Amino acid sequence: MIAAADPMVPNLHRIQKVTQETSDTFTLALAPSCGRKCPAFRPGQFNMLYVFGVGEVPISISGDPATPETLVHTTRAVGAVTAAMKKMRPGDQLGVRGPYGTEWPVAEAHDRDVVIVAGGIGLAPLRPALYSLLNHRERYGRVVLLYGTRSPEDILYRTEIQKWRSQFDLDVHVTVDRATGKWRGNVGVVTSLIPKAPFDPYHATAFVCGPEIMMRYTILALLKRGVEKDSIHLSMERNMKCAVGFCGHCQIGPLFVCRDGPVFGYPRLEKLLDKREL
Amino acid sequence: MWTIQPRGLGDLLEALRNRGYRVVGPVVRDGAICYEDLGSIEDLALAWLDEQEPGNYRLTGSGNGDLFSYSPGAHTWKKFLHKPSVTLWRATKDQKGLHLKEEPTAEGKVALFGARPCELAAIAIQDRVFLEGPFVDSFYAAARKEMFVVALNCSHPSKSCFCVSMKTGPRAATGFDLCLTEIHPNGEAELVVEVGSETGGLILADLQRREATEKDLEAVRKTLEEAEQRVERSLDTEGIQGLFDRSFESPQWDDVARRCLGCANCTMVCPTCFCTTVVESSDLAGAEATRTRIWDSCFTKDFTYIHGGSVRPSGYSRYRQWITHKLANWIEQFGTSGCVGCGRCITWCPVGIDITAEVEALRARERTGSGSGGSSHEGNA
Repeated sequence: MIAAADPMVPNLHRIQKVTQETSDTFTLALAPSCGRKCPAFRPGQFNMLYVFGVGEVPISISGDPATPETLVHTTRAVGAVTAAMKKMRPGDQLGVRGPYGTEWPVAEAHDRDVVIVAGGIGLAPLRPALYSLLNHRERYGRVVLLYGTRSPEDILYRTEIQKWRSQFDLDVHVTVDRATGKWRGNVGVVTSLIPKAPFDPYHATAFVCGPEIMMRYTILALLKRGVEKDSIHLSMERNMKCAVGFCGHCQIGPLFVCRDGPVFGYPRLEKLLDKREL
Repeated sequence: MWTIQPRGLGDLLEALRNRGYRVVGPVVRDGAICYEDLGSIEDLALAWLDEQEPGNYRLTGSGNGDLFSYSPGAHTWKKFLHKPSVTLWRATKDQKGLHLKEEPTAEGKVALFGARPCELAAIAIQDRVFLEGPFVDSFYAAARKEMFVVALNCSHPSKSCFCVSMKTGPRAATGFDLCLTEIHPNGEAELVVEVGSETGGLILADLQRREATEKDLEAVRKTLEEAEQRVERSLDTEGIQGLFDRSFESPQWDDVARRCLGCANCTMVCPTCFCTTVVESSDLAGAEATRTRIWDSCFTKDFTYIHGGSVRPSGYSRYRQWITHKLANWIEQFGTSGCVGCGRCITWCPVGIDITAEVEALRARERTGSGSGGSSHEGNA
């Protein structure tokens, strides 16, 4: 008997394009080489990416949900699998299974302001949400992107961010922890942008992704500004081996990040986020 | 209800083998009750007595004429259903690129011979994990689908058992094809058989049997009542989610961390623990890679590793995760406790940590007001 559709078996994809974003971060554009079509995905979902002979890791999808035929993943080389991935070139093959997990609730944000707060590589899982908002720009109020990185050299999607900055229907504010070179922009943590960012906190939905410490302080700043708890959404990261609720690695208290997340409404995480070593 | 003689066990085994079942059951190996293949009835562990208590297991001859005077050892049936090692798929690489090869999901029909009531409860719990979620584990599903269960009600609970408080034993209510209870109406052992499925009835029809008498059934009731009374340990599950919620910062975690070796024995012997990892292995030429899923444990530091470090670097946090998940979070995740009261984690803990005593200690600290805020842990193990 052959497993017709065991959830652990990937589909093969071929790399179409590699974009070096920063010294350690790169974007892969993939297309199926297995004859199957790329399934549609919702902003915030992730795939399990497999590198032959090395292993498999969960990586968020960072492309445009309106064009799912090309699968886009932005990855930072931090472990064995992602380091091997960084060396891959167009034509090389990867295994892909997914998409998995919950989405940024863009529909809930209709007729409201949307504030996106990203820290570092946390911008990658937020980019599909931003594309989705811009694809249907008329449905939303003000759209604000607040983005913090370690240094100007760590800014992702640089050209795209410059384009977004020049748009009249999107407010983009970037800050860095350490200014280097010719940087003339904001210096400081991303939370420092929240008090004066141009959105109406009482009618705003917030999407937040970054290191956990950054998300905790971002939530405090958003709440202080007057954003409702129910209107704050976060994306979490945990060790993951299966992405389908079997391996047990990704649990945060009673939650499985793979199937209950990675995107959570803040009320579900409120009691868990401050617990050390949960 | 029917009654068979002990020699009927051999006929039952043969009947199952004739129907194409691989029959697995309790055998004696390395001084312990293990679940292995039963080639013939001679392999079945009969007339052994076990001693179990925290951190201690001994198997001795029974000498009292009882066939099944032992309770489960370190093995669990999950080794046949949610196997310790499963090849998920393979990949080969040649000049054309990568090629995936899926693995077969099952080797055939398996009959579990002598599964205890708490173990049936454990299988029902793993069913929820692997079959009833948004995804189905095809390896588990294939093994589970072709499974036959000969259950064995418990007449000799060990000192580690606490099935009564977990409402899983000593009598099996469901989840079997045939269920045996050992009785001694005239000093000689006999087995009363309850039929739980159509297949079970068909197989029993092949055996020499007689209809169970009222006296037999009375003996069954008496045996199981006595067994229930002999279960010494208990776990108080009343309001247990709230207890763990309030006990997150309890000093008890430091206390247990000083004893816990982090060896993961409790997770390996637990019949419901389901966590796994996947390992990649490749040949020296780099032409073939194999993805193998193996049991993993939340007691390892690697379990939660993400770039920058482990989410649970300290021993106290890993013990807290295991027991909190097992007894509290499981209820929210799967609508049932993750514990069946089999007592394996108590017996096989090398330092004798007792899950029931840890729950009692958390409750005691709450009662005496030392339940929270007194912890000095700094997060480094």
